[in-house]
Amino acid sequence: MPLLEKYPPDSVVPVAGLDQPTWIVHRDSLKELAAELQADSASGFDLLLDLCGADFPGRPDRFEAIYHLYSVERKERLRLKVPVPEDDPVLPSLAGIWKAANWFEREAFDMFGLRFEGHKNLRRILTHEAFEGHPLRKDYDAARRWILTEDKVYRPQPRPDDGESDDDMFEQMTINIGPSHPAMHGTFRVVAHLDGEVITASEVEIGYLHRCFEKMAETHTWQQVIPYTDRLNYCSSFINNVGYCRAVESLLGVEAPPKAVWARTILSEFSRIMDHCVCNGSTLVDAGALTNFWYFFQPREEIYGLLEACSGARLTVSYCRIGGLAEDLPPDFEAHCRRLLEMIPGFMDDIERLVNKNRIWLDRSVGVAAISGEEAVNWGWTGPCLRASGVANDVRRDHPYDLYDTVDWNVPVLPGGDVYDRYRVRMLEIRESLKIIRQLLDRGMPEGPHIIDDPHIALPPKEDAYNQMEAMIYHFKLIMDGIQVPAGEVYSMVEGANGELGFYAISDGSGKPYRLKVRPPCFPIMSTFSDLIRGGTVSDAVVSLGGLNVIAGELER
Amino acid sequence: MSHPKATRPYKYSLAERLYLPLLAGLWITLKHFLRNVFRRGRSYTIQYPEERRNYSHRFRGHHILTARPDGSLRCVACFLCATACPAECITIEAGEHPDVNIEKYPVVYDIDMLRCVFCGYCVDACPEEAIIMSNNYDMAYFSRDQSIATKEELSKPYTYDASKLGYRPRYPEEEAQRAAIREGVVDLVGEARKRHHGGSEAKAS
Repeated sequence: MPLLEKYPPDSVVPVAGLDQPTWIVHRDSLKELAAELQADSASGFDLLLDLCGADFPGRPDRFEAIYHLYSVERKERLRLKVPVPEDDPVLPSLAGIWKAANWFEREAFDMFGLRFEGHKNLRRILTHEAFEGHPLRKDYDAARRWILTEDKVYRPQPRPDDGESDDDMFEQMTINIGPSHPAMHGTFRVVAHLDGEVITASEVEIGYLHRCFEKMAETHTWQQVIPYTDRLNYCSSFINNVGYCRAVESLLGVEAPPKAVWARTILSEFSRIMDHCVCNGSTLVDAGALTNFWYFFQPREEIYGLLEACSGARLTVSYCRIGGLAEDLPPDFEAHCRRLLEMIPGFMDDIERLVNKNRIWLDRSVGVAAISGEEAVNWGWTGPCLRASGVANDVRRDHPYDLYDTVDWNVPVLPGGDVYDRYRVRMLEIRESLKIIRQLLDRGMPEGPHIIDDPHIALPPKEDAYNQMEAMIYHFKLIMDGIQVPAGEVYSMVEGANGELGFYAISDGSGKPYRLKVRPPCFPIMSTFSDLIRGGTVSDAVVSLGGLNVIAGELER
Repeated sequence: MSHPKATRPYKYSLAERLYLPLLAGLWITLKHFLRNVFRRGRSYTIQYPEERRNYSHRFRGHHILTARPDGSLRCVACFLCATACPAECITIEAGEHPDVNIEKYPVVYDIDMLRCVFCGYCVDACPEEAIIMSNNYDMAYFSRDQSIATKEELSKPYTYDASKLGYRPRYPEEEAQRAAIREGVVDLVGEARKRHHGGSEAKAS
């Protein structure tokens, strides 16, 4: 690659044989290289998907900062790895190049103690102020607890940073919204500085729901992580299951049988419908339109019925297993899906007739919290929010997995970038999801098993475990030691309900994940929030938060 | 980034300017309202707790410890469930069973219901079909101590009621097979299952 020739041979070293192009970059060259990668029209890695740290205590350079880049135009991926020594864990901040790096760098600082030089606000983000140490370091004891006392609580004091003198005619005040506030969908805290009713500056505090999913994953076997993934984006937990299981399956080099893939695609789309129902429903509630909430939640309730019939739980389904599904599909699965397909469009029609042309909703949403496509990409947005800004970016279309490349569907894209278009894109996506499901149902359920027949990965059938010595041994081995995933690393992504949900897994060949990083789609979206609401009123801020579909379980992991 | 309120001025039609589409909206809500008033029996609301949703027989609810025909627990304290549990909510203390063929039994078998995530991994792990799940989902406690379900609570006889069984091992040849495999053991689960098929299977989804 011509770009690489400019750098000294040791500073950028491509690594072969990984799941995606990977360069090991010396930290001195990082900033220059990143700026070039971002700006260069030929390469144009305009989207910083993820930034995470990793800890390898045995290596001379103990830490590693790992950047996942994406080119929206060319749909290519690139991974940069920057080794960082323990005694001087400093590397340049890239927040000036990709705004998405802002919060990701804070997270890497919080979790690993990596210091990003030039970052304006390098504070802890997921843990609290009284926390000592860096939890994802390997020498950090997972059972450690810290108590946050009143005197240590960080008190945000947002001030307008544009230097404009405040107008003394109007009263200036700072208000606190959240963390327990009905408009904050989950537990976020926004401290806003107001000039009259207009927000002139704000600061977003997150971390109230942080439970260190990634550390827990390191102390559990690969299968045991599945119930935890349910709790990431709990509005569409099945998609998280699929995303995680696909990551582990690609590390293992296996594929789920056709029946499982078919069911995964259908149930993922139903989960997406459910998630969009929750998001749009609650956004409209924030704008005062309560009726739609009931019309959205009725189909959602029925979809929960379908998931419960399959998995035995409504919200936290844990229905995927590595290599397939936990259980065979219920006998009436297809009939149940068909009934849902008949029922859902009616409700969506009612909602669209209620809202689409409703002037009250239009006044509240058109042009509110608008963001352009380029800006959104720079902030690391993906998913429906990005598609509402006119960028057709969808993992299902660009990097097809499961059965998405075999069905006929469209990626809805709207140009406005505001709350109204985010709402509309989701409504259109619900229709597209129904289209996908209908085609798959017409194709018929594939015959065969629901999970691969490999005793090293999937538990043997119960009756065999009771009656055959060999199956019994496999059963015990699999539960005691877990799945033995070969050493390696993979970044695997699915289209979550609010964007690209990535799982970056590193395995060292033991029965547990060495490092599991979730690329939460709403994390970069939420990092934009403070900028998004500046200049708008408080009520605009409330509506725009609903439209972003930020789920605390996933945001803070 | 300024707040671009006017990035895309929306062109209101005359009807929209006069809020006329709201009338269509009112008609929709009125339709729903009338439907709910005159078809009360089919309204969507469930009068919980008198009425309850009919959950499937895979529902992952409160656990049940199953028993042998003599009433002793089938559990052999092998710790597989506690090992498989991602939430580490199962506490087992093993004791020596007088019957040498059984070897061990649980002196203590506690499940902390507040820690439990109801994933069903314990049921998957059990090699004896000693732990299964019911479809009981309403668990409420006045204190944290109450949330720890002991061996006695987990094996209360009433929980064997067929209609209350939830997630448990399933077999391709579901029914008759099961009894044949474990001959000579009164299979409470299978029994319940059989009773169940005589009764309420039709309404189960």
